[in-house]
Amino acid sequence: MWSFPRTLSFRGGVHPQPRKQTTRNLAIEPLPLPRRLYLPVQQHIGAPARPLVAAGDRVLKGQVVAAGDGAVSAAVHASTSGQVLAIEPHPAPHPSGLPLLTLVIAPDGADRWVDLPEPDHALSLSREEIARRVAAAGVVGMGGATFPAAVKLNLGTRHAIDTLILNGSECEPYLSCDDRLMREHPGEIIDGARILRQALGAERTLIVVEDNKPEALAALRERLYVADAIQAVAVPTRYPMGSERHIIRAVTGREIPAGQLGADVGVMVHNVATARAVHRAVRHHQPLVSRIVTVGGGAVARPANLEVPLGARVQDLLDHCGGASMAPARLLMGGPMMGQVIPHARVPVVKGSNGVIALTAAETRSADPGPCIRCGRCVAACPSGLTPLEMASRIRAGDLDGAAERGLADCVACGACAYVCPAHLPLVQYFQHARGALADRREQGQHQERIRRLAQRRRERQEAEARAKAEAAAQRKAERAARRQRKTAGKEHETEA
Amino acid sequence: MTTPTPVSGPHTHAPGGIATDMTWVALALLPATAFGIYLFGWPALNLLLVTVTSALAFEAVCLKLARRPLRPALSDGSALVTGLLLALTLPPWSPWWIGVLGAGFALVVGKHVFGGLGQNLFNPAMLARVALLISFPLEMTTWVIPQPLFTPGAPGFLEGVAITFAGAPVPDALTGATVLGQAQTGLSQDLGLSRSLEGVYDPLHQALGWIPASLGEGSALLLLAGGMVLLARRIIPWEIPLALLGTLALLATAFMLVDPECHAGPGLHLSSGGVLLAAFFIATDPVTSPATRAGRLLFGAGCGLLVFVIRTWGGYPEGIAFAILLMNAMTPLIDHYLRPRTFGRTRRGRPLEPTQTAPDGAGRRP
Amino acid sequence: MYAAIPVLTLLGLALGYALGMAGRYLKVEEDPITGEIEALLPGTNCGQCGLPGCVAAAQALARGEAPVTLCPPGGRELARQLAEKLNVQADLSAMEADAGPVFAHIDPERCNGCTRCFKVCPTDAIVGASRQMHAVFPEACNGCGQCVAVCPLQGITLKPPAPSLQGWRWPLPETH
Repeated sequence: MWSFPRTLSFRGGVHPQPRKQTTRNLAIEPLPLPRRLYLPVQQHIGAPARPLVAAGDRVLKGQVVAAGDGAVSAAVHASTSGQVLAIEPHPAPHPSGLPLLTLVIAPDGADRWVDLPEPDHALSLSREEIARRVAAAGVVGMGGATFPAAVKLNLGTRHAIDTLILNGSECEPYLSCDDRLMREHPGEIIDGARILRQALGAERTLIVVEDNKPEALAALRERLYVADAIQAVAVPTRYPMGSERHIIRAVTGREIPAGQLGADVGVMVHNVATARAVHRAVRHHQPLVSRIVTVGGGAVARPANLEVPLGARVQDLLDHCGGASMAPARLLMGGPMMGQVIPHARVPVVKGSNGVIALTAAETRSADPGPCIRCGRCVAACPSGLTPLEMASRIRAGDLDGAAERGLADCVACGACAYVCPAHLPLVQYFQHARGALADRREQGQHQERIRRLAQRRRERQEAEARAKAEAAAQRKAERAARRQRKTAGKEHETEA
Repeated sequence: MTTPTPVSGPHTHAPGGIATDMTWVALALLPATAFGIYLFGWPALNLLLVTVTSALAFEAVCLKLARRPLRPALSDGSALVTGLLLALTLPPWSPWWIGVLGAGFALVVGKHVFGGLGQNLFNPAMLARVALLISFPLEMTTWVIPQPLFTPGAPGFLEGVAITFAGAPVPDALTGATVLGQAQTGLSQDLGLSRSLEGVYDPLHQALGWIPASLGEGSALLLLAGGMVLLARRIIPWEIPLALLGTLALLATAFMLVDPECHAGPGLHLSSGGVLLAAFFIATDPVTSPATRAGRLLFGAGCGLLVFVIRTWGGYPEGIAFAILLMNAMTPLIDHYLRPRTFGRTRRGRPLEPTQTAPDGAGRRP
Repeated sequence: MYAAIPVLTLLGLALGYALGMAGRYLKVEEDPITGEIEALLPGTNCGQCGLPGCVAAAQALARGEAPVTLCPPGGRELARQLAEKLNVQADLSAMEADAGPVFAHIDPERCNGCTRCFKVCPTDAIVGASRQMHAVFPEACNGCGQCVAVCPLQGITLKPPAPSLQGWRWPLPETH
């Protein structure tokens, strides 16, 4: 109600305990090559990639092993040199633990790169060339959204983008991988920003950092000129600052209309880790084969920030960090607010995995849900201006349409409501369930529509065939009759003659 | 190591819960309660214990009848707070059965008939208080002059038991009228306020609570302190007390300026008749008040307006209970119409125009 | 008092008569919604509802003789649409048990390419040629089961789709 452009904020939101102290001052260390790597063909939003190699093939680090398939897809590269052992279904890093087609690679230990072109420090590359190199490197949004970066860049051709935002807010508790990246590789991020800016033709570029990361801000600012078109901006620490809609609202004051994208208001947001991947892809022709992951949570013996080859399993990370000091109450991929529970540690780290968090029961503070007392804290916390309590009560009553009418589609599933709920209601799960049920309903409706059309078409075809057959029969009959008549007529003629 | 069924985020939670909130409410009421017991002696303590115990007992019986687990519901503290709030609004020397009947009405009719915690339309304590006031007008308007514990003339423990449980009559000499009652009686006899309140209204006594009043409504200062604690801990929203007290003060001031002989000033209005108790502890009952900021402001203002209307033109000298019940009934309507604006949409729910700046005018396109 | 009784009785009778007449003369002709219902039904005439074809089912629904949950291939979504169209409260919980759609699946070990199944398929969801393995397009299959009945080798079964990440949905939270 009281926001002004200078306050750099948005309505609602919460202040979860940051719990970043244990890892924020730990330098990034490389994870030693594990014994096996598991590369799912789908680590992005969109169509799965199509495998290009077969079991038994030898591959080099950075070699394309699965190619992007379709308009929205991303290539997958071998994250080290070795041999493809199998291409088979393996559990995906997803709450369901359902399988996904996965390339299993046995590293040979040489970690030998495929031949890469010479680094290219050309100052001006065309938009098409940048998008091509980004696509070839399989870069996706690394903040967790995993939308193919090249596809997003091409959105800029349809909309005029005046502001590029690099999202370094890292509003999730525990995570410090982006913080470390900004502190240790500010130059790579800034170069990535220059490349993205050039591709988009943006007038200004803002690297946005929450004000609880002063070292990262300082490191970035040291590399920027006073009158640079790129600026590092501090925003207040408030969850969900990292949400695309809310960071745009906070920094530019623009509000993305419901159902539209940042590009529709002239803004594009990329994560800082994505910017670094773009730098590597465009300058060094290096595909995306590793990422930085925070391993944390009270159940981890030695929390760390690791540079992990994609496809390493969560168990490899935990083992490297001294194992679990106790059985975790919940094992998460991503932060504790929007991260996903994973069913076990035998799932791989993929392009969007920014954290592996093993929480103790005390940290989850989970409790049996009680009755809603309508306290309205969820309403105050909701950054999307919804009434979560009303939506949840409708979903509980089976009234999905009522929930949709109350704005289910505008929910960003940030979990601020469930975080503050004194009754510990699993509000987000109600909303996820309702969305799934509505999607099912939509799909079933489309299926039924298709079935009706097909049945109709078949009936018409059968009728047409029957008609054609009848016509043919009638024609034959007529011809026969005509022939017979001719014959008779001939005979008569003969007789007459 | 594994989670049997997938659970959705968030996987961490803000500290506290319903039980914590209720505990804080009870703690914030403690100073005013203790002062009330000190002021009105053993009978007040007896009444408080009877009311709270029977509230818990009725809660347990209702849960049992509904075949719901006792432990989570009893330990959330909501029945305790209901019983406590009811006791604080009763005349301190009321007989025991007033407390039992009130607690029964509050818990059974006010809460469990609707389906338990979170489902009730009306504040249970206020519903019970109004029911008692209508059914037993004599007992509910017998106000005693403060008889502090251990002072000469105050009832001892045994006398206290006799007053609460044996129906020992309260001597007339010990009873008095509340300030608001006095004012209304005076006005009905065409006496000006300056004469009818002479010797009855002393702002200092009023603020301290040294007045004939219900058990817990007396001390304005202690109630204010408790309310501030709850506000500071964000257990109650600030909108309701602010709008309620603000509206009442504004109306009282305006009418006093027009005719000081017929209308008491804001000081008297705010410090009497349990307005502070209601503003901080009863109107803020989350279940029966709106969930949005605008809704709460409207709700509080509505309560303030109704209190003033009932006190000035109604038949009862004080009307906070009626005011709150009436606004409780409006809450579903308020929640239906006063919703926050959805992000990316206009107030009417349509998507914003793409080029439009945020509706608060921030961030124009360059 | 005594005057009131006949007066009120007369008044009641007169008004009741007027209401009855109004009901008769101002009656709104009911919409012939059989056609609309028929448009909602799959039109595959599979007979799983126990009625001879979708037209008969639509007539039964319009007369209120059949429940809106009568069509198994249509599933919950169709039942919901029918309930909406007929303006009735549907108890969809009965359909909860057999959750989700089923599709025909041809056992490649058993199929001998006799073509009987694709001749009866009402949606042309089965492809194949004589003496060649047949296959089912799940997108076009309604799970009506007519192919199951004609297969001489019992090689066709109705199965729910294999669980996939795309089709996975969040369950309702467990309540305590």
